[in-house]
Amino acid sequence: MRTCLIVDDSRVIRRVARRILEALDFRVEEASDGAEAMALCRDRLPDAVLLDWNMPVMDGLEFLHALRREPGGERPIVVLCTTRNEPKHIAAALAAGANEYIMKPFDGDIIEAKFAEAGLPFGRTA
Amino acid sequence: MTPSDMEVLAQIVGARSGLVLPPDQAYLAETRLAAVAHAEHLPGVDALLQALRAQPGEALLNAVTDALANNETVFLRDRSVFDLLRDAVLPALAGARPGGAVRVWSAACATGQEPYSLAMLAADLPGMKLDLCASDLSERCLQKAKAGLYTQFEVQRGLPIAQLLRWFEKTEDAWRVRPELRQTVRWRRFNLLHDMAPLRRFDLILCRNVLMYLTPEARRLVLHGLAGRLAPDGVLVLGASESVGDAPDMFEAAPGGRGLFTLPCKAGAKGPRTGT
Repeated sequence: MRTCLIVDDSRVIRRVARRILEALDFRVEEASDGAEAMALCRDRLPDAVLLDWNMPVMDGLEFLHALRREPGGERPIVVLCTTRNEPKHIAAALAAGANEYIMKPFDGDIIEAKFAEAGLPFGRTA
Repeated sequence: MTPSDMEVLAQIVGARSGLVLPPDQAYLAETRLAAVAHAEHLPGVDALLQALRAQPGEALLNAVTDALANNETVFLRDRSVFDLLRDAVLPALAGARPGGAVRVWSAACATGQEPYSLAMLAADLPGMKLDLCASDLSERCLQKAKAGLYTQFEVQRGLPIAQLLRWFEKTEDAWRVRPELRQTVRWRRFNLLHDMAPLRRFDLILCRNVLMYLTPEARRLVLHGLAGRLAPDGVLVLGASESVGDAPDMFEAAPGGRGLFTLPCKAGAKGPRTGT
């Protein structure tokens, strides 16, 4: 089963995203900031990361930079998921190694479309 | 809304667009008509229905037909079709034409996502010059398509983020297709039930997710019209769940499937094409 790490400081967002991703057959883990996420990733790299930008301790972009420098850290598909919706933010995230980018608010259709776009198509027929 | 109300509506939209109005969609119809009533400054759906039963003007009939059509679409809808167009169909058509000029018609383009998707795709194909026409029955949809303004929700369905960055600019609360891409599409209001003979010939026609909503007679009429507008080696693209079953002699399925069809006899010795 594929794994997805949800990184967001909002418990509500994590819960909504978890429900969507579990329906898409992911095993889900959660972290509430970049540092927590980094610790989980050092333990075991997930297949995908759904990543908020604005968070305490370590924000999403700092985490992304750090992740991509880890051994094997280029492998996880990273999808930003943030209220930041200026072109310059999107460009910065892509330059830092994000595979796709979701502007909040999102729904199941957007998550599914963006993950497929990033190279994780779903077989939800089962 | 009563069954007789639905009949009145079905007659109006059927005559004007060939659209089937399923009797079990009364609730959906009522919701959509409420918006029309509001826009027309009528007190409600009942008053609107009354107006439709009296002597409705052209504008009101258009508004009702428009509201009851399904204009839902997304960028790069059915991605595999666009992959096939990019990798095989368009290069083949361009290769067979001077200057790589390919005439394309996005028929029933709704709010414009399809022609813009084609324009984006063609921009990355070397030696290709798309001459891109898009039409729809709905003036409202065409206005939106021409403006190229899409909500944040709309640009996140089907469109890769890199394409958004490249081809759109952010406005206050929406995303607008950049002028250089907007300029590549010519827009025109056209009813597919009308005589297509005055139209030019096209090398590629996309008419996706339209026939499925039409009566069998309307489907036949549209398919006959499209066959007459397709170049001898041209390609017709229908929606994933659509077929040419109502006009089986007009087209044959192209190899590779995915809703692609060609005229049955190349070089036009005989066949469906009328006129020139």
